[in-house]
Amino acid sequence: MFLEIVTPEKKIFEGEITLIQLPGSKGTFAILDHHAPIVSTLAAGKIRIVDTSNRTRYFDVNGGIVECKRNSIVVLAE
Amino acid sequence: MANLKEIRTRIASVTTTRQVTSAMKMVSAAKLKKAQDLILQIRPYADKLQEILSSISSALRNQEESIFTAPKEPNKVLIVVLSSNRGLCGAFNSNIVKKTIDHIEENYFLQYKRDDLHFLAIGKQGEKHLRSLNLRVIGEENALLDNISFENTTILTERLMDYFKAGKYDRIDIVYNQFKNAAVQILTAKQFLPIKPDEKRSNDIILLDYIFEPSKETIIEELIPKSLKTQFYEVLLDSNAAEHGARMTAMHQATDNATSLIDDLKLTYNKARQAAITEEILEITSGAEALKG
Repeated sequence: MFLEIVTPEKKIFEGEITLIQLPGSKGTFAILDHHAPIVSTLAAGKIRIVDTSNRTRYFDVNGGIVECKRNSIVVLAE
Repeated sequence: MANLKEIRTRIASVTTTRQVTSAMKMVSAAKLKKAQDLILQIRPYADKLQEILSSISSALRNQEESIFTAPKEPNKVLIVVLSSNRGLCGAFNSNIVKKTIDHIEENYFLQYKRDDLHFLAIGKQGEKHLRSLNLRVIGEENALLDNISFENTTILTERLMDYFKAGKYDRIDIVYNQFKNAAVQILTAKQFLPIKPDEKRSNDIILLDYIFEPSKETIIEELIPKSLKTQFYEVLLDSNAAEHGARMTAMHQATDNATSLIDDLKLTYNKARQAAITEEILEITSGAEALKG
């Protein structure tokens, strides 16, 4: 699935991934391929992503929002 | 032919003017670079936020709507007009006023007749124009342009949202210059409140059944103000970059004009000088002829 992480300063990630773990405001959750459409607010914490070549990366966020639809995810981080 | 001293003074004064305009051009170029960086950074974020918001609000249509998305009959209208505090930027400000007038004639003529059309000016130049046209200017936020920051923008945006919530206005529009590149500004009139659902995409998105975390209400309550603030901030940055672009172009032109004026004046000066010399020689030779004869 396709992921974009955007902050007000710049786009920090764009590409294909297999898993993303997010600090939702109701608790951490993960999104895998073909997830149902979801919109969630984010709390401060770490975003973990696993890309198609199985590499894990982390991003720190201070809150934000995530939207997933039709296998593409947009994270608006702060 | 004008006398030599006169032309010399004019050359000197035009040269000074050219120095000033070319310095202003440099300053604007530097400021433009900064403003441009800011706007290019915020754009992807604002676009994505807008996208999410419009897909949610179209998914929510006919259900519980937020007060900010519910369409309303525009009985009382506020138009926010973004211009600049300083002049010397070409047609930047007069274009904005022209666009505002066009916008009124196209959409809000009835409201204007009823005196239900109010204006909020951001920028001294626009304010001056609007007042001279006898339009109802309810306030100005000129200081905002001297210090554009997200915090300052937030305060104003919240005020606008309060007006809207309280029913003081049913529609808030923004007229501003969108920055395309240094030489091109796109005049834009944009509906700020209520939020317009995205027409072209709404058809295929209505059916998407979103899961909302933590809850639909929280998302909407959080997302809408955030998106409005980001949008307004983006508009301000856009207009700011456009202003510097316009000023740079205007000053560039002024410098070019001054240069060609100086060239012309120099030519005239040399012609006059040559004529004076020729005349003198003629006088001397004819004097000498007269003595001989």
